[in-house]
Amino acid sequence: MRQIAIYGKGGIGKSTTTQNTVSALAEAGHKCMIVGCDPKADATRLILHKKAQNTVMDMARERGSVEDLEIEEVLLEGFMGVKCAESGGPEPGVGCAGRGVITAINFLEENGAYSEGTDFVFYDVLGDVVCGGFAMPIREGKAKEIYIVTSGEMMAMYAANNISRGILKYAQSGGVRLGGLICNSRKVDKEHELISELARRLGTQMIHFVPRDNQVQRAELRRMTVIEYSPEHQQADEYRALAKKMAENRDLVIPTPLSMDELEALLMEFGVLENEAA
Amino acid sequence: MGRIEDTQKLIDEVLEVYPEKTKKDRAKHVKPNDPTGQCSTCAVKANIKSRPGVMTVRGCAYAGAKGVVWGPVKDQITISHGPIGCGQYSWWSRRNYYNGQTGVDTFGTMHITTDFQEKDIVYGGDKKLDAAIKELKELFPLGKSIGVLSECPVGLIGDDIEAVSKKASNELGIPIVPVRCEGFRGVSQSLGHHIANDTIRDHILEKIEGKLDQSTPYDVNLVGDYNIGGDAWASRKILEEMGLRVIAQWTGDSTINELAIAPKAKLNLIHCYRSMNYICRHMEEKYGIPWTEFNFFGPTKIYQSIRKIASFFDDKIKANAEALIEKYKPAMDAVVEEFRPRLEGKKVMLYVGGLRPRHTVGAYEDLGMEVVASGYEFGHNDDYKRTYPEMKEGAVIMDDATLYELEEFTRRLRPDMVGSGIKEKYSYHKMGVPFRQMHSWDYSGPYHGFDGFPVFARDMDTTVNSPTWKLIRRKKR
Repeated sequence: MRQIAIYGKGGIGKSTTTQNTVSALAEAGHKCMIVGCDPKADATRLILHKKAQNTVMDMARERGSVEDLEIEEVLLEGFMGVKCAESGGPEPGVGCAGRGVITAINFLEENGAYSEGTDFVFYDVLGDVVCGGFAMPIREGKAKEIYIVTSGEMMAMYAANNISRGILKYAQSGGVRLGGLICNSRKVDKEHELISELARRLGTQMIHFVPRDNQVQRAELRRMTVIEYSPEHQQADEYRALAKKMAENRDLVIPTPLSMDELEALLMEFGVLENEAA
Repeated sequence: MGRIEDTQKLIDEVLEVYPEKTKKDRAKHVKPNDPTGQCSTCAVKANIKSRPGVMTVRGCAYAGAKGVVWGPVKDQITISHGPIGCGQYSWWSRRNYYNGQTGVDTFGTMHITTDFQEKDIVYGGDKKLDAAIKELKELFPLGKSIGVLSECPVGLIGDDIEAVSKKASNELGIPIVPVRCEGFRGVSQSLGHHIANDTIRDHILEKIEGKLDQSTPYDVNLVGDYNIGGDAWASRKILEEMGLRVIAQWTGDSTINELAIAPKAKLNLIHCYRSMNYICRHMEEKYGIPWTEFNFFGPTKIYQSIRKIASFFDDKIKANAEALIEKYKPAMDAVVEEFRPRLEGKKVMLYVGGLRPRHTVGAYEDLGMEVVASGYEFGHNDDYKRTYPEMKEGAVIMDDATLYELEEFTRRLRPDMVGSGIKEKYSYHKMGVPFRQMHSWDYSGPYHGFDGFPVFARDMDTTVNSPTWKLIRRKKR
């Protein structure tokens, strides 16, 4: 079983990319599971065709504690038998969402959610690594592989670099590795070159360049992945390609994060900062 | 300077076993006493973070705010807001006596907590707090106020207890006092005292008008007496016999109304300076009320203090003071006469909180005993300055002592008794050293005032001279 964590700037397309990739993996015959680590609980919507109502924490709150839950209540099956769980958590501004992630993952683990025969577990983690809770998926004994979703936009790259710093810390203590950057294109100038170069500087690879295509939107509106909604579409093949590359990827590294100056110099080199200024 | 140098040598020997950095650090906290204050190297460094690994016996801000200052206010319902442990393990540990019907009009011995569960951490505890406050008001309609004493997790997850308290206070018409005393704040319980003082100021003094029928020129507040084993009652008795009127006790056996009327007093009399100097300074600045420290441990200090307090008042009070001393002197002399022969020359080592390391010295001296070492868990520089003149030259003064230091000084100074807290008690029992729990008077008391001294003298005698100790083999060195 390979456990994989997906990080990236908020709104960059982590959940969409994850669910499409997982669908492609499932289509290829792999047994997969997605654990959403975000109080918004929208990491499994395209697989389940609805927003998950039964998140671990919401159910626990209702019942009193996680001990009162059964695993079947929170581990749901969707498209192609992909298993889905959501940590759930508080509204913005109250409580501690990070603790919710910790509690939920512990619950799933203790109750045998990671059953034998599961090939891939994907953790879809909220935005940046904001506190210990959101680093839970990459702690000892959990995800050993991380992919960062980014685009050629400056803030997405800043986030990617920041996340690499977090990985560096856990790489030294726990053995987690960076598997690569996934470029979810925003049609920024020289995006392919820019992200390839950023990946090289981080000591990793751009594992795939996912072109922008409105088909993704159309599928999402119907609460489906592209793989399910239009399996013949070229965009579905892009996710299949990404899935295949990830399944075969053995290039796992300890990242070498850039300093702020280095990162800005890189953006200058590719003219991004100039363009932003103009 | 002979004794100072000898003691410095002893301290150096004790600290010698530490690693270099620890030794250097601890050397600043352990000093030989110079009563004159002339010795430039004898000042003790205080009120800084404890070194990890030294087994400090310090408490936390919650302990200071809830256990010391707010806990004894008897008609306030005090919530330990957070997981259950903090409240459970500090439940009624300070023996602050009070009059009243517990669970009806007073709530001192009750343990009330919001009992945080995992879900309260994840989703926040504000709603639960609001429900708890309303439930308490319904269950205990005679409660005059509700205190929300914040435990660590509440601060970590950023719950807005101020907003909940404010809203509930408006709805229920009683003060709801949010106290941000999360244990991770500050270096010891001392910050908790300060935070609690500030909340009394902001939520009681500023907010409610206390009821006091009429004022007299002799109205005083008894501040910094927590009525442990009935201490404040013994102190109050003296003040009343002097002709003064104690309108408020802070906070032993006190009520919210007493706190609220305190600004109407003419003088603040403060016993525990460390935990309540803040509010005295505030009342001085805001209401122009002077304050003075006093000491009701042992006849010598009691007589001095009575005269000092009387000096703030007219001749009538001064005459009362002299008459009072004359009245009680024979009884006090009799106590000394009875116990001094049994205690004469006995050596004492103290390691207590923020007041007793200096305030009880005189009482021991009245019994012919000598305090050869004394230390504070959470004293500040101003406490040490007040300590130097009370102690003999060359006595050991310790700040935030480590368990090793306490044991080692005991082995070397060979005191006939040690007075400290519950955490030290049993290791001293095992060492075969007579021990007295000087935070809560070892389930005895009172020790304050004319009522307290005979109890104090008897307790020290039974401690030092108990035949039990002869049955325990004491390690020779």
